[in-house]
Amino acid sequence: MVPLSYYLVLSGFLFACGVTGFLIKRNIITIFMSIELMLNGVNLSFVAFAAHWHALAGQVFVFFVMVVAAAEAAVGLAIIIAVYRTRETLNVDQVNLLKL
Amino acid sequence: MTSNLNLWLIPVLPLAGAAINGFLGKRSSRTAVSTVGLVFSGAAFAWALSVALRFASLDQVPYQEYFAHWIRSGAFTVDFTLYLDQLSLIMLLVVTGVGFLIHIYSVGYMWDDPSYYRFFAYLNLFMFFMLTLVLANNYLMMFIGWEGVGLASYLLIGFWFTKDSAASAGKKAFIVNRIGDFGFLIGIFLIIQHFGSLDFTRVFAQVQPLAAENSGAGLLTAIGILLMVGACGKSAQIPLYVWLPDAMEGPTPVSALIHAATMVTAGVYMVSRSHTIFERAPMALMVVAVIGTLTALFAATIGITQTDIKKVLAYSTVSQLGYMFMACGVGAFSAGIFHLMTHAFFKGLLFLAAGSVIHAVGGEQDMRKMGGLRTYIPITFATMGIATLAIAGIPPFAGFWSKDEILWKAYSSDHGSWVFWLIGVITAFITSFYMFRLLFMTFWGDYHGATVDAHGHGSHGDGHDGHGHGEPHESPMVMLVPLMILALLSVVGGLVGIGNRFEHFLEPVFGTGMATEAAGEAASRGTELLLMGISVAVALAGLILAWVLYVSKPYLPQKIADSLGSFYEAVLNKYYIDELYAKLFVKPLVDGSTLILWKGVDRKVIDDTVNNAADGARRVSDEVRHMQSGNLRSYAGWIAAGSALVIAYMIWLGVGR
Repeated sequence: MVPLSYYLVLSGFLFACGVTGFLIKRNIITIFMSIELMLNGVNLSFVAFAAHWHALAGQVFVFFVMVVAAAEAAVGLAIIIAVYRTRETLNVDQVNLLKL
Repeated sequence: MTSNLNLWLIPVLPLAGAAINGFLGKRSSRTAVSTVGLVFSGAAFAWALSVALRFASLDQVPYQEYFAHWIRSGAFTVDFTLYLDQLSLIMLLVVTGVGFLIHIYSVGYMWDDPSYYRFFAYLNLFMFFMLTLVLANNYLMMFIGWEGVGLASYLLIGFWFTKDSAASAGKKAFIVNRIGDFGFLIGIFLIIQHFGSLDFTRVFAQVQPLAAENSGAGLLTAIGILLMVGACGKSAQIPLYVWLPDAMEGPTPVSALIHAATMVTAGVYMVSRSHTIFERAPMALMVVAVIGTLTALFAATIGITQTDIKKVLAYSTVSQLGYMFMACGVGAFSAGIFHLMTHAFFKGLLFLAAGSVIHAVGGEQDMRKMGGLRTYIPITFATMGIATLAIAGIPPFAGFWSKDEILWKAYSSDHGSWVFWLIGVITAFITSFYMFRLLFMTFWGDYHGATVDAHGHGSHGDGHDGHGHGEPHESPMVMLVPLMILALLSVVGGLVGIGNRFEHFLEPVFGTGMATEAAGEAASRGTELLLMGISVAVALAGLILAWVLYVSKPYLPQKIADSLGSFYEAVLNKYYIDELYAKLFVKPLVDGSTLILWKGVDRKVIDDTVNNAADGARRVSDEVRHMQSGNLRSYAGWIAAGSALVIAYMIWLGVGR
């Protein structure tokens, strides 16, 4: 049996990758994918704890997260397409109309 | 005998008049305003007379009339209660009587003034406060009246407030009086602290058994001197007399009523009212006597050199008030009150007559530009002549009796001394001299004034409007009648003092101490007559000297003035007292306020604190706003950094455990 800490370390690593990508990438699609990575990192720790404690609540939670993530992907990609059509770029630094 | 005198009517009637004229007067006609002003002050006088008539049959004197309680704090109470005894009765009659006459006079004098209604509202207001002062049964109520007359005086001195000198004279009077009031207030606090009450009867009942503070100063001396400081302010004594000559900027009826006959005597009244305290504090009495004597002499010498007719009278008032304090200071309170009464008659008359003269020559106040007026305005001349004889102390006019009483008491009383008497006699000589100088300069010789082209503020009734004002002309009857009545009082007013009747009337108030004196009096009758002769002689000498200098040899005064040189200059400039005060007190105060309080505290501390706080907030915000760049990734960075910190902290906690 793989010990719980392995899962948690992997989960933390995935989450950190997500954060890093979110912070340093310019391309809006990459950023979007980084967000998914963070969500999935968290999902991993949810199921790991659920298996460890034999509690179903964690797995149920993961389903909710996946549903929200799917909805978010649908809306998010639609927005990205709209942005690309109007501004012809996917670089977030150039989508700055509301900035100071 | 029923004992409800309804005393409250006396002060409240003028207050009602003031309210009606003050609120409605602007839209009313002059006739309506003067009717209201006269009816209410006249009614107060009538009621005071009726009270006086019933006074003898009162079964309890002092009579007290309670209305409402005012302050109740533990054992300390102050009530609205009126107090009537022989002393307040005399003051009541003087204030309402002379006040009413001056109201009548003002109808004529102020007729052409655009603020006619305002004048009568203020005048009635003054009557209300003065009567409150006189009828109070405790120091606090007296203080209300005291401050109220100060307010009325301020309003009336600055009546023509568009004139800069009048406005600042009003301020000066008010501020100088504040200094005196400060002393009065502390005296009141001391009385509360030590006697637990402010009611005259209760305080004096506690003071009565105390022994006189013969060696050194004690509580009563402190209270006495503090009260005297208050009296110095209100009654224009050294060192606080400086406001009174300036107060002559007010209309002449105001000078007559407030700054000669009534308000300025409030200090004398207050000291006499507190005689129980003063009698047990010889040192305070001494202070009163010395201040009074010095003021009498000092102001009289200034009076010699003044050329403004009202300024002469103003310094004369200061000097006569000095006499009253001299009397109080030697323990002869009834003599002081006697002189207060006769002074109210003849000085009120002098001012009103001076107003009539000023009116006759079209607003001119400089006596050098008058002269020869006795043929133009004979009635004014006659009444003013009577008043001058009265103030100079020539028998049988009123001033003779009261002044002589004071001089005799200054010599013979236990607290008196021949020094006071001597200075008093010298002052009497100077008084006689400068008063006859005034009379001769104004009424004898040739008329020096230009033909009067324009009228000053003191104008007359409608009947005159047609004719040109080329020559001095007599005032209308409404102004002359009060002059005649006051002239009559100045002649006979002193007769009540014959055979010490006045003193006996006041005996229930001032009582003790007089009896022993009366015994010794019979023996020294010869001395009294001698002193009386001397004072009459000096009065006549003053008259003759004035005659020589200003009628028969009018070139002499200038010569004498030249030979005296700088001394004459000093007297002419009132000994530079105003300049001295300006240097000593006013300038340091103004400079201190400007440099320290305004430029230092206000600008540097208060303004800068506020401005720097605002500046600091802006600078900090300038820095901090970079955090809210609108850049999503920087937000995310902050969140990541924050959560990293939290996690690190939790790990550290876990490891530490």
